[in-house]
Amino acid sequence: MSEYLLLFMGAVVINNFVLTRFLGLCIFFGVSKNYDASAGMGMAVTAVITISSVFAWLAYNYILVPLNVTFLTTIVFVLLIASFVQMLEMIVKKYTPNLHKMWGIYLLLIATNCVVLGVPLLNVESGFNLAKSVVNAFGSGVGFALAIVLMASCREKLRLANVPKSLDGLGVAFIIAGCLALSFLGFSGMIK
Amino acid sequence: MSAILTITVIMAGVGLFFGLVLAAANKKFAVEMNPLIHIVEDILPKGQCGACGFAGCAAYAEAVVLDPKVEPNLCIPGKKIIADEVARLTGKAAAEIEPRFAFVKCAEPITTAKKKYVYDGISDCAAAFILQNGPKVCEYGCIGLGNCVRACVFDAMVMNDQGLPVVNKDNCTGCGACATACPKGVIAMINPDAPVAIYCNSNEKGAQVRKNCKIACIGCGICAKQCPYDAIKMVNNLAVVDSSICLEKCTEIVCLAKCPTNAIKTYKVPPLEMTQAV
Repeated sequence: MSEYLLLFMGAVVINNFVLTRFLGLCIFFGVSKNYDASAGMGMAVTAVITISSVFAWLAYNYILVPLNVTFLTTIVFVLLIASFVQMLEMIVKKYTPNLHKMWGIYLLLIATNCVVLGVPLLNVESGFNLAKSVVNAFGSGVGFALAIVLMASCREKLRLANVPKSLDGLGVAFIIAGCLALSFLGFSGMIK
Repeated sequence: MSAILTITVIMAGVGLFFGLVLAAANKKFAVEMNPLIHIVEDILPKGQCGACGFAGCAAYAEAVVLDPKVEPNLCIPGKKIIADEVARLTGKAAAEIEPRFAFVKCAEPITTAKKKYVYDGISDCAAAFILQNGPKVCEYGCIGLGNCVRACVFDAMVMNDQGLPVVNKDNCTGCGACATACPKGVIAMINPDAPVAIYCNSNEKGAQVRKNCKIACIGCGICAKQCPYDAIKMVNNLAVVDSSICLEKCTEIVCLAKCPTNAIKTYKVPPLEMTQAV
């Protein structure tokens, strides 16, 4: 049990995908202008990563390994995730129109995002079993949501601040992201 | 060679599989949508200006088809043609839509107006407005930095060389985006067929107005007295024309003659190269 808990916490804070591995930066900067949008994005990413990592694990262990074509992992995962996200969008649209209104646009945005692709790839690379893959994916998603929500909160505050013109907008956002990443660096070494 | 063949077969298989799954899902999870929504959306102008009060043309199309209370004549850029068409498609009673047109209620360009200070900040009316309501001595006039021009999605506004926004009659749809963008409220939406219009926005008292601007409405009310049909009223030291009365009753324009400052002028949609105010 503690192993899974450690894996989860590790994925959330220590190996945070945005702030220590620098994946998914485009949505991290693109959708962190306001809190609501970033929270929606965080949830959508978490759901997609978690579910798609299950499919990815199954595809890897039951199709790619037996056929001895593991060199196709990346491209198959891209296909798999893109189709899965499409399908998820259809299902959400059909059964929960409200959720679709909240998520719909983000779902399609993350269809080919590097966080969503990166987690399943790292899962199979680390040789995780199915349960570990899911825990790791869920933790990574939560970590992403945490990072983007923190960032959005900072940027909302920043709108009231007197930022030098040369740094206004993305410039100061990068500096903040750097500071956040530095503070997350403090978590490293917490778990051996 | 065989490796390439294997890859091709596998990738084609995977692609085919996902394609079929998606196609099946598309059938299974298809959302029933009233096809009329798409038809209505197609005929709307797609300026996404929001003049109808909905978040874009698609949202309005959905609302007007599904909600019996939403009027078919809310699309102002679409004018009467689109309103009639939407009414026909949705089976609602066609209602009148009054043509509207952006009108700049100030004739004194920033270049010649009296100024409190020289504004040297970013070229944005709202920014200039923060600094003591803009550089003009007249608190009500056009600042001339073109927020309205930038707000226009139909390319209907340009700044003329004096620094006054000018409305291009061919493109203006009356959506009112410029009026919202103007921090001074200088832009009004009026009927393009109105015979006369007041080229001033100042609510200041006459004496003060005279000090600020030579061509402003001083609120003397002579035009209101001239009009036999009470189409002109004095509101806050400014003449206000009710153009619906003009259009209905006016046969001869008598209100212009005695205006001491020529602030009231005949109004036909001004051509692009509108002359400099005298």
